[in-house]
Amino acid sequence: MSIAEAAPVVRGGPAISAREWRMLLVSVLILLAAACVPLVVGGYALQVSISIVMYAAFATSWLLFSGPTNYIALCTAAFFGIGMYVTAAGVDLVPYPVLILASGVAGAILAAIVGLATLRVSGIYFVIFSLGLAELVRQCMTWGQHVFGTMSGLYVTVDRSEPMYYWQLLALTAVIFLVGWWIGRSRLGFALRIIGNDEVVAVHCGINTARAKVVLFIISSTFASIIGALVAPRWGYVEPVVAFNPFLSFQVVIMALLGGTHRLWGPLLGVIPFTLLWELISIEFPDQTTLLLGLCFLLIVYAIPNGFTGLIEDVWQRRKGGVAPGARNA
Amino acid sequence: MPELVASEALSAAGLTKRFGGLAAVENMSFGLAEKEVLGLIGPNGSGKTTVMNLISGALKPSSGEIKLYGDNITGIGPSQVATKGVARTFQLVRMLPAMTVLENVAAGGVFGHARRWGKELEDYAQGLLARVGLANAGGAVVSALTYIDQKRVELARALASDPKVLLLDEWLAGLNPTELNVGIALIEQLRSEGCTIIIVEHVMHAIRSLCDRCIVMSSGVKIAEGTPAEVLADHGVIRAYLGDENA
Amino acid sequence: MITKAAGTPAICSSGNRNRSIKSDMDIVIIGLLLGGTYALMAMGLQLQYGVARIMNLANGEVLIAGAFGAFWFFLGTKASPLWSLLFVVPCAFGLNWAIYRVLIVPLVRRSKSQGKLEVDSILATFGLSFFFIGIMVAAFGAQYTDYSYLSEPVFIFGQRYGLNRVVSFGASVILCAALYLWLHKTRAGLALRAVSVNPSAAGLVSINVINASALAFALGGAVTAAGGVLLSMYLTFDASYGVVFTLKALIIVILGGVGDIRGTIVAAFVLGLAETAVATLIDPGLTLAAAYVLFMLVLLVRPQGLFGRRVA
Repeated sequence: MSIAEAAPVVRGGPAISAREWRMLLVSVLILLAAACVPLVVGGYALQVSISIVMYAAFATSWLLFSGPTNYIALCTAAFFGIGMYVTAAGVDLVPYPVLILASGVAGAILAAIVGLATLRVSGIYFVIFSLGLAELVRQCMTWGQHVFGTMSGLYVTVDRSEPMYYWQLLALTAVIFLVGWWIGRSRLGFALRIIGNDEVVAVHCGINTARAKVVLFIISSTFASIIGALVAPRWGYVEPVVAFNPFLSFQVVIMALLGGTHRLWGPLLGVIPFTLLWELISIEFPDQTTLLLGLCFLLIVYAIPNGFTGLIEDVWQRRKGGVAPGARNA
Repeated sequence: MPELVASEALSAAGLTKRFGGLAAVENMSFGLAEKEVLGLIGPNGSGKTTVMNLISGALKPSSGEIKLYGDNITGIGPSQVATKGVARTFQLVRMLPAMTVLENVAAGGVFGHARRWGKELEDYAQGLLARVGLANAGGAVVSALTYIDQKRVELARALASDPKVLLLDEWLAGLNPTELNVGIALIEQLRSEGCTIIIVEHVMHAIRSLCDRCIVMSSGVKIAEGTPAEVLADHGVIRAYLGDENA
Repeated sequence: MITKAAGTPAICSSGNRNRSIKSDMDIVIIGLLLGGTYALMAMGLQLQYGVARIMNLANGEVLIAGAFGAFWFFLGTKASPLWSLLFVVPCAFGLNWAIYRVLIVPLVRRSKSQGKLEVDSILATFGLSFFFIGIMVAAFGAQYTDYSYLSEPVFIFGQRYGLNRVVSFGASVILCAALYLWLHKTRAGLALRAVSVNPSAAGLVSINVINASALAFALGGAVTAAGGVLLSMYLTFDASYGVVFTLKALIIVILGGVGDIRGTIVAAFVLGLAETAVATLIDPGLTLAAAYVLFMLVLLVRPQGLFGRRVA
């Protein structure tokens, strides 16, 4: 299930190994257990659980692109906002499931434009572009609404219960995992591992590196937009300042880093503790959230650069007395 | 410009590369017949590696044309050139550090000229490893390999794409005398199997024993062409290497 | 060339006040005045990215901190905010020097490659930017901030312009010139330029690359903060607005070419003009969009920048 793991044989092809079957079985069991949560808890605990699955979906889809390429995408909020707006704009016109698809398509188109403009050149330009993307889309959205004379805020009325939001987001998270797993086994995944190791070798092996990155960025961003569509009705009211809040991009990166970016399931380990910590911070220190989160971010970058999965693997390696820790990171 | 012969595997006509005002390669024209082993020699800085980079697409020529079996591959970019069937090794060996030896070899055989996958890829890569003498190293981490073994892996990776033309950029550099003999034997074996190869090399006895033909470069231009024995006896060549007094 | 429908209210740059724009000449002059101050701000980032090779995403927050410094000084003393440069610049220098020493050097030490360092420094400075925002919100609050200084008009070619813009432009030109001379006429400046061209070769001619980088990073922060002081004289800002300036500075640096001071100055004027034109002719809320359009054009046409050498 990992993206950058050094496996003993080349993966891919039709055969699924016994180890993979075991992983799959464990994943399904975890998924079933997670699906039971709304049956057991309600109220505030369910609200927090919804946040956890939402961030799990965000962080895992973020990892699909930023994990193997090492290009830090700082634009989750832009795609999330797009999904929200597509949903809000069309909610009275077309059925809700169509809007979910349309949100994904809108996100994919934006991602394709951004990807084609920046990913052909160099990673640093992509990061810079992504840094202001949410603000850019927000400005354009506000301007568009001004020109067309619509209100800046939109109401989204779709009837959904809290458990339903939870199950929808959980199902999406499962899909993201499946896609991640499939990519890891595909030629695309193999290409990305080669790119991550040495881009010069990759191009001379015949890999169209720009295309591989753009495809991956589109996949990753499409999911972020779909999350926007799934969450919009829960918010009920959508306006640019809230939908394109850059803080979201920040939270997603910090959670993925905390969990570790070398494994597909890494972000999960970060999402759960961080969402709980975030709840605590916003209740105890509502005025200092930005400051404290900035501090947490720095702590993670300096103290646990490889995240929880990195820590776990180092301990594992040491116990086995195997290769020096950090070799994975070279 | 010389006439291009149809049976040529690779041909370059008027190939020029300038960096700013400096011409690293100036008006180079040459051909490479199928199953031929061509040596590209010359003093340091004479533009040999630049020629390799132009052929493999890593650099775009300022002017001139490169054809692969009559197919124009000028300026189409390295990944496209690889897909058309040109494989290369690097002057300083380049491994994929977080991948196994077998995966390093397999990497060459998926996206380029050959597009194998799954069991077929694995078997093929394993076969190539055996061919370069690393049959049992497939599962190893590349950082655990010696320098010559890394060079073998790189060669196997280049071969994994079933290349029409193989570019070896100082593949023998940095080997000790024993390793050198192993290396030469390996290329000799490729040659006998009918590979079409361009070799950039400083090791002269390797050039003598491996190459059908040699091109000598100095300051970006071709100064001599012929069999290894001919060009190494040429006065211009000796002057280029050793200076005027020795000529 | 460009005409504007009469009577449409328009303001230049987000949050600008006191002025409405009436003619094409206005766009050019306002754009040039804005570009002059942008040049200073971007020179700061150029030193940090071009010389110290650190992509500092917290650069805009340093600029906003400078703006808050000027605001706070002006409220307290009612003296010219220009005097606040006397303490803002040394403070920013010290702060950025400390950031480089404490936060960046460990990253330089632990990273095995330039690529890994780039990722690490992006993450570290991204976290730092939120940390700074948090501190500024705690200190000054989250509301929009501005103050009125030299808002009387001055006449150029018969048109009225805010004196604060002109003074800010003049101060920026003086500071840019001083920086340019320092870089080109002193030994330390030469060392910085050498590191900019090739850090490892600079190391071979016994330049202490870490020290030179720390100096460049600190100086870059000081210059950026000075830019913040000057911009605060006529722009409205708030604690979380830094990212927009980070982006503008980055786009100017890329447009001008990494390591190219002349290119940076030209690019700053290009951005100032483009922004003013978009703000005047289309909508003042689209200034970032103008910057992004320029960015897109550079990426598609000249990724190495207007005059820049291609970055490996």
